[in-house]
Amino acid sequence: MAKGDPGAAARSRRAAPRSKRAAAAGEPELVQLLTPEGERIESALGPDGTEYRVDFTDEEYRGLYRDLVLVRKLDAEATALQRQGELGLWASLLGQEAAQVGSGRALRPQDMAFPTYREHGVLYCRGIDPIMPLGLFRGVDQGGWDPNEFKFNMYTIVIGAQTLHATGYAMGVAMDGKTGGDDGEAVIAYFGDGATSQGDVNESFVWASVFNAPLVFFCQNNQYAISEPLERQTRVPLYRRAGGFGFPGVRVDGNDVLASYAVTRHALDNARHGQGPSLIEAYTYRMGAHTTSDDPTRYRIASEVEAWQAKDPIARMKAFLTKQQIADESFFAEVDEQARTESVHLRERVLAMPNPEPVTMFDHVYPNGSSELDEQRAQFSKYMESFEGSAH
Amino acid sequence: MATETLTLGKALNTGLRKALENDPKVVIMGEDVGKLGGVFRITDGLQKDFGDQRVIDTPLAESGIIGTAVGLAIRGFRPVCEIQFDGFVYPAYDQIVSQVAKMHYRSQGKVRIPMVIRIPYGGGIGAVEHHSESPEAYFAHTAGLKVVTCANPQDAYTMIQQAIASDDPIVFLEPKRRYWEKGPVELDAPLADAYPLHASRVARPGTDATVLAYGPMVRTALDAATAAAEDGRELEVIDLRTLSPLDLTAAYESVRRTGRCVVVHEAPGNLGLGSEIAARITEECFYSLESPVLRVTGFDTPYPAARVEEEYLPDLDRVLDAVDRTFGW
Repeated sequence: MAKGDPGAAARSRRAAPRSKRAAAAGEPELVQLLTPEGERIESALGPDGTEYRVDFTDEEYRGLYRDLVLVRKLDAEATALQRQGELGLWASLLGQEAAQVGSGRALRPQDMAFPTYREHGVLYCRGIDPIMPLGLFRGVDQGGWDPNEFKFNMYTIVIGAQTLHATGYAMGVAMDGKTGGDDGEAVIAYFGDGATSQGDVNESFVWASVFNAPLVFFCQNNQYAISEPLERQTRVPLYRRAGGFGFPGVRVDGNDVLASYAVTRHALDNARHGQGPSLIEAYTYRMGAHTTSDDPTRYRIASEVEAWQAKDPIARMKAFLTKQQIADESFFAEVDEQARTESVHLRERVLAMPNPEPVTMFDHVYPNGSSELDEQRAQFSKYMESFEGSAH
Repeated sequence: MATETLTLGKALNTGLRKALENDPKVVIMGEDVGKLGGVFRITDGLQKDFGDQRVIDTPLAESGIIGTAVGLAIRGFRPVCEIQFDGFVYPAYDQIVSQVAKMHYRSQGKVRIPMVIRIPYGGGIGAVEHHSESPEAYFAHTAGLKVVTCANPQDAYTMIQQAIASDDPIVFLEPKRRYWEKGPVELDAPLADAYPLHASRVARPGTDATVLAYGPMVRTALDAATAAAEDGRELEVIDLRTLSPLDLTAAYESVRRTGRCVVVHEAPGNLGLGSEIAARITEECFYSLESPVLRVTGFDTPYPAARVEEEYLPDLDRVLDAVDRTFGW
């Protein structure tokens, strides 16, 4: 499992893994444990000398592969549902599966996550029914799972706002005395490269730092904020911003599920042990559009997309499992079949989602209600009832 | 029952202390609220007695104060945030309007944000720009927030505790120029028996015209009523106390008797609370009105330089002038 696992050395095997190295060829300062060709790297060094490694059982490797495939398939189904008019909008995670599954599986049950609106893979890892965000994008509700039940906050559409919520929550964890041991709680805040320009994100860096909050900032740098490339947000690699705020930063290959897991697990464990915040920049690529309303051909060239296609997170995992004989064709076929079944099931349930009763728009505005709103609701109900039995 | 004479500021301080004593989940956070006790000393002595985990000096970032308070609330705390001055709340506006106000609605009731946002507001203290504004309409216009304001020490003491005990997110506006005015405060009366938070109250009964005011303008309206009485005209003054939701029950009853109504606030008139109140009173009391509802407000300018604020702010004479006009219609 994560770095420091006593059995790690004994269980690392096969394929004569390359020894540790600081960065993958051609990539700047990138922690990588699985190359795009599916070669395992035994361990990798972060910029501060931290050594990252994983040592999963075969079952665990296969589990990560299954997660990646399922998450991609369900996401593709949601995109299709939008194209067919069944969702108003969809923000696809295509290309970012490894960053999300790696970090999502690195969370321990007691850890709390604060997502953006694209963390469908993390949501899946937290055990939330994948139909939940589709209610939001279909427009039948506002995505109302119980954040405290699943330790996964509601999606946040306003860019970067959730990083402050995560910081406050993490301050609360420390105030509750829930850090300092293996059973300590940690918090993870998801955001993107565009969000790093937001005041709220920079304020959350300041706050997390001075209050030593048990928090991991997990930035999926997918290279674009809708149409704007990374160069419009920053002149330095994003992970290096952490230094100026007084905590460590690391850049990980976000298309490598193993490295994403290792780096996140390490950062979360540091946080839960009371060692404060850190920043992870998961270097990845948004293969699809920003949302279904976007047309990426207007601002990026095909060759760039093709270059990232060659770094696909699922293809490299499949190559690794095949080469190492951890999985065979029957396994891959079984996973594909499961993905197909679950996506069909998802589609059926989305189509069956009822529209809410109009009068429910008045529900839950205030925990204690409001006399004014009660009056409006009564007037509206009466107005609606006036149509009953009419020909309209 | 212990009744003490306190300033409005000290009454708030005492109410905050009680809230900290009664619920370990209450935390106070803001700029300079700790050692300094706040620039108006409203949190004076609280960090010393409750520690820096309960009374938190924050970095100088208003969005950060409110945004982290949202996270603390999700975690189960009851944050009481101080915004140092009215004109400094705007960096936090997004967090207040898009996050604090909507969290309960979006989660279909699963997430509560029992937060109080304390803001010293209004003019009359000779301050430089951004220190004298009345931003209540911005918040009263936002569904999901409640907005209240106190006008005397007793209400300050009681209402701050009620706001903290409420699960609704509440913007609590403090009339900063009245911080030093004194009045009797019953300290031991149980909160459960107190006058409700979201209810207006008749501050002075009268028969000839109704004057509606809130926060710093209640004192002005009462002074106007005293002056009017000397001329033989009895004004009924109603302290609105709750700005969202509005409670106009007493106002309707009053206007049906008097037939005349003047609304007073410091904030600019255009689309201010007075506009909404005038519309509702017209809808409810149309056949009782002897004249249109008139508004006495700040002007539609930025808050002016301090040497002319006396002319900008509604005062006794402008209130009486409006009352006269309702009689001359």
